[in-house]
Amino acid sequence: MPAVSKGDGMRGLAVFISDIRNCKSKEAEIKRINKELANIRSKFKGDKALDGYSKKKYVCKLLFIFLLGHDIDFGHMEAVNLLSSNKYTEKQIGYLFISVLVNSNSELIRLINNAIKNDLSSRNPTFMCLALHCIANVGSREMAEAFAGEIPRILVAGDTMDSVKQSAALCLLRLYKASPDLVLMGEWTSRVVHLLNDQHMGVVTAAISLITCLSSKNPDEFKTCVSLAVSRLSRIVSSASTDLQDYTYYFVPAPWLSCKLLRLLQCYPPPEDGAVKGRLVECLETILNKAQEPPKSKKVQHSNAKNAILFEAISLIIHYDSEPNLLVRACNQLGQFLQHRETNLRYLALESMCTLASSEFSHEAVKTHIETVINALKTERDVSVRQRAADLLYAMCDRSNAKQIVAEMLSYLETADYSIREEMVLKVAILAEKYAVDYSWYVDTILNLIRIAGDYVSEEVWYRVIQIVINRDDVQGYAAKTVFEALQAPACHENMVKVGGYILGEFGNLIAGDPRSSPLVQFNLLHSKFHLCSVPTRALLLSAYIKFINLFPETKATIQEVLRSDSQIRNSDVELQQRAVEYLKLSSIASTDVLATVLEEMPPFPERESSILAKLKKKKGPGAVSVELEDGKERGELNGGGDRGGDAAIAASNASTPSPSADLLGLRSAAPVSGATPSAGSLLVDVFSEAGPAATSAGVNDDGFLRFVCKNNGVLFENQLLQIGIKSEYRQNLGRMYLFYGNKTSVQFVSFNTTVSYEIKSRILNVQTKTVEPLVEGGAQVQQVINIECLTDFIDAPLLNIKFRYGGALQNISLKLPVTINKFFQPTEMAAADFFQRWKQLSQPQQEAQKIFKASHGMDTEVLKAKLLGLGTALLENVDPNPENYVCAGVIQTKAQQVGCLLRLEPNAQAQMYRLTLRSSKDTVSQRVCDLLAEQF
Amino acid sequence: MIGGLFIYNHKGEVLISRVYRDDIGRNAVDAFRVNVIHARQQVRSPVTNIARTSFFHVKRSNIWLAAVTKQNVNAAMVFEFLYKMCDVMAAYFGKVSEENIKNNFVLIYELLDEILDFGYPQNSETGALKTFITQQGIKGQFQTKEEQSQITSQVTGQIGWRREGIKYRRNELFLDVLESVNLLMSPQGQVLSAHVSGRVVMKSYLSGMPECKFGMNDKIVIDKAGKGGVTDEVGKSDLGGGGSTSGKQSIAIDDCTFNQCVRLSKFDSERSISFIPPDGEYELMRYRTTKDIILPFRVIPLVREVGRTKLEVKVVIKSNFKPSLLAQKIEVRIPTPLNTSGVQVICMKGKAKYKASENAIVWKIKRMAGMKESQISAEIELLPTNDKKKWARPPISMNFEVPFAPSGLKVRYLKVFESKLNYSDHDVVKWVRYIGRSGIYETRC
Repeated sequence: MPAVSKGDGMRGLAVFISDIRNCKSKEAEIKRINKELANIRSKFKGDKALDGYSKKKYVCKLLFIFLLGHDIDFGHMEAVNLLSSNKYTEKQIGYLFISVLVNSNSELIRLINNAIKNDLSSRNPTFMCLALHCIANVGSREMAEAFAGEIPRILVAGDTMDSVKQSAALCLLRLYKASPDLVLMGEWTSRVVHLLNDQHMGVVTAAISLITCLSSKNPDEFKTCVSLAVSRLSRIVSSASTDLQDYTYYFVPAPWLSCKLLRLLQCYPPPEDGAVKGRLVECLETILNKAQEPPKSKKVQHSNAKNAILFEAISLIIHYDSEPNLLVRACNQLGQFLQHRETNLRYLALESMCTLASSEFSHEAVKTHIETVINALKTERDVSVRQRAADLLYAMCDRSNAKQIVAEMLSYLETADYSIREEMVLKVAILAEKYAVDYSWYVDTILNLIRIAGDYVSEEVWYRVIQIVINRDDVQGYAAKTVFEALQAPACHENMVKVGGYILGEFGNLIAGDPRSSPLVQFNLLHSKFHLCSVPTRALLLSAYIKFINLFPETKATIQEVLRSDSQIRNSDVELQQRAVEYLKLSSIASTDVLATVLEEMPPFPERESSILAKLKKKKGPGAVSVELEDGKERGELNGGGDRGGDAAIAASNASTPSPSADLLGLRSAAPVSGATPSAGSLLVDVFSEAGPAATSAGVNDDGFLRFVCKNNGVLFENQLLQIGIKSEYRQNLGRMYLFYGNKTSVQFVSFNTTVSYEIKSRILNVQTKTVEPLVEGGAQVQQVINIECLTDFIDAPLLNIKFRYGGALQNISLKLPVTINKFFQPTEMAAADFFQRWKQLSQPQQEAQKIFKASHGMDTEVLKAKLLGLGTALLENVDPNPENYVCAGVIQTKAQQVGCLLRLEPNAQAQMYRLTLRSSKDTVSQRVCDLLAEQF
Repeated sequence: MIGGLFIYNHKGEVLISRVYRDDIGRNAVDAFRVNVIHARQQVRSPVTNIARTSFFHVKRSNIWLAAVTKQNVNAAMVFEFLYKMCDVMAAYFGKVSEENIKNNFVLIYELLDEILDFGYPQNSETGALKTFITQQGIKGQFQTKEEQSQITSQVTGQIGWRREGIKYRRNELFLDVLESVNLLMSPQGQVLSAHVSGRVVMKSYLSGMPECKFGMNDKIVIDKAGKGGVTDEVGKSDLGGGGSTSGKQSIAIDDCTFNQCVRLSKFDSERSISFIPPDGEYELMRYRTTKDIILPFRVIPLVREVGRTKLEVKVVIKSNFKPSLLAQKIEVRIPTPLNTSGVQVICMKGKAKYKASENAIVWKIKRMAGMKESQISAEIELLPTNDKKKWARPPISMNFEVPFAPSGLKVRYLKVFESKLNYSDHDVVKWVRYIGRSGIYETRC
């Protein structure tokens, strides 16, 4: 610390610091510090009065020692004394010490606060600034409590100096960020907003940071700032570069202020007032115009400042998304940047274009740059820029250019970085499916995908190929041929073997006519891959072999031989062994007819009326963005085939299709009783989840929701990106739910945000959530706790809305939280006599709800019992005279009341029907529980 | 086995780097520097594992010696080697310091080549090494064939530590018993822990290949001798030595280690220590005792807190050995609280001073006879702090040197036989010296 001037240069301090720097070892340093501390202690001893200079010097030394990492437990008092000094340097050191070393020592805090208060009320602007800086640097709750009331007054007072106003605004911003509940703007709001009109640009810059922060929390109160901001912006934008003197930065007038103003405007929708809007549009046009002008300086600072404003303006244009003209201009401007020398500019341009691509007005304009973007993907040296280029290609893809883009992405995949391959594969798969008009193209693309990047192709992708091939007759022959050819490569990926095994097993007969792909050749080809594969693939191949026996009886002997070999029939893996034994027996015992029935071609995957489309139609109103709608339609086409009525389509992708897993025969899938194989359906939809956010939610959530009526833990939702696990516990009328959000990708999710929405005014449920971290790292899991209080009985479940950005694209998922009225059941045990007495008491017609329905799952006794217990009621034994029937009793606990509930379930095994009767003291409860339960059996 | 050996200065700069095995890369050098020498927290363990590589280090003043290995080695062996390495270096160029290492780096590499081969420790006996690694320029050319073959046969032979044909006009030997006594005592005078670690160091100037036999008052030997009825040796060959333990005849040795020249088989069967000594100075044995230790000094502390800002300390030391003996270099270190702002000291003997840099009062007495006592009293002024932490009261420590062995060990005899040359035990001049020093000698207050 070199001496500043003779008066201020603390020689002792400089000597001390240079001593310490000269220390050879740590021990020597500690010795020197101990010596100095002892010296300072003896100086600070009560009986001597020190002058301000030495006090300042010793406090400085203490501060230095503290910053070296040693504990300081004295000297606070001296520092506080310095605060009341009249000399700037002494006061400054005092404040410095306090903001670094303050602790919540009660008596000292009082003294410090007193000193700060004195300085704030002094007329000296320097002292006021020092005090404000100290408050902001400490920024603790105590500080906020003491001064949050005072600072707004200073901020808006007419006679406050500009520099103090600046400090006050920033200090207030800091306090607001630290403890928002203590900073109440209330009456000051309008005056703070009017700071935007202040003469001094510095004050405006400081105030605008504060206003942006405040208005993001309560936008309505600060609405008036929009017009002020617009007029300020227009004044700056239209000013010549020399007008603003100090605030002109390399010929750009007030770049920071402009950026902040534009950012503030992004908190609000487009202004409704025509005049204001006109002025704003004018401003934005001017900014875009200025970008076209030749640069006034060659310095990088000039172009940086100019571009900063430009990009902020473009994000505002995108935010408004209502001015086609501006959007197209922005897009053209960005197009120029795509070829700029500066890597950062290229990155930013690609990123902004990504958002532009999703706007209906500029989508076409973005598409004109396709060649440049593809070129960027190929030649760009920086991986992050390449990634953005890939994102943009994905975003700009539609039916017209899908083939080109998919082809480019596929070829890029061969050289892509490992870190983004997984994402690329997913994107290619989605695009190929979304925009496929020609199935052979689709099959080719996906097979190519598996060939190029087999490791990164997830299960879902190849499941999907198989489903589509099975559902579409016209493509089966082609698929079989292509797969056969692909398998002939000397080394092919395991996923390829899986697809090949499945497709040849089903449709091998379609190409058997050709002598080059005769049955035996097909079999030998498959079997040559067998030994290189993992167990699940081998299992799949075994199934394919048994299918071959059915398709081509001539191969029977060969295949039986293979199955009979020790490596199959005595395989150490239980699954493989079982398959080998069973298939061998099946092939030798069963007659051809039986075999043909058992090993029949897989039926098309069932399709049902899509709830996704229904929801999409509903959303068609003002809010829905066109791209999403398009997604829906196009998907419809693919699955539904030629007919435009895409309704049937989504279907295949929709839940509750039988598990498309490796089991071809469905031999074992006959068994699962619970029907709760969670991933079965969701797997399929997931490929899309990125594309159609609204769609996904509707499709899966009902299914997920109903699965949780009788259980508390499990996987609520799963797609390609995200898995949501749930764990919940209920006691009386209270419940606690743990949600686990697992990021399945290797890329982090940003601005991850979840909200639980429920109609509060109906006073039915009390739901409290804790917010989650906005960043979810790749592969990481975050937990959220939701506390639920049931106030009275209810029907609708709360909605969980999850938003996050994945690779730049906004994902939006909404799910029904599985909170149902039966969760608040308390089981009640009672004897037969009791039960029937109560049953009779509840005999009014509206108290009873009854349903007769067909069993949709097996009628296994144990499973039924488990479900009834899972419902939360007590299962009463020996009550009903008919032992086949089930009788349950429970009390639903809500805050308002307790509702007793009796249940009787009469299964009819012959007809596979159930009759469910519910009686409770409240009609809505009977009805709701009855409805819920009817879906479960 | 040892993969490499590095020597650093206090800044972490590498002075010597010798890699013996390929599995140790250049980055190991930096790994140790970053993780140990420059570690933010002081590394106290002598063994550090960094990325599956083990670093064993010892520190000599400002110099770090680190042995590196990727294998599962015997850590005790590695440390023994490192200490030996220090001894060898000290024998060649004196103190192990940065300057000496820099000046002798060629020699050190030469030594490292000799005493470690592919990571396996070799002959590290200074006497033997000095016969073929010399500091006087290039001598090898002039060495005769016989000399060379003699060195070879000696180094590879059974008695690698001594060459044949040594001749002295006067046969002389010096024997030092060096002990350090460690103590932790409660304020009330109760011994919480105490042990003595001792070394027997010899310097021998004997002709030929003499056979020596060393005897001391080890309990087992004495008891055995007592039973056998051969007691005459005890009185006859007592080589003197002081101490106040004239009444005590034997001591119990907890454990001991010997120089490689001692015949362990003989020690195991007969408990007799017989050996052919190396020429010059060497450490014959190391031992440790925990029972019946004579504590040379007793420290009686008295600390009184007078209010929040004052502390009164009074310390009395009592010497507890024969009045005829003199203790030397006595130093008592009384720790002071961290918020001390001033100290006044009064002492009857010696000099006392408050050392702020060490947060302690240091009281020094040049010499003090046995069965005496001395006293110091100090007034410590304190600065009130806002910290509520209480002062931890670290123990008062002490340093001294006394001319007897606090363990009670006495040398009974040291006999020298040389059958080929014409001199006997009586012709050898023998000197024995006992020195007792303080190790960690602390009393709580």
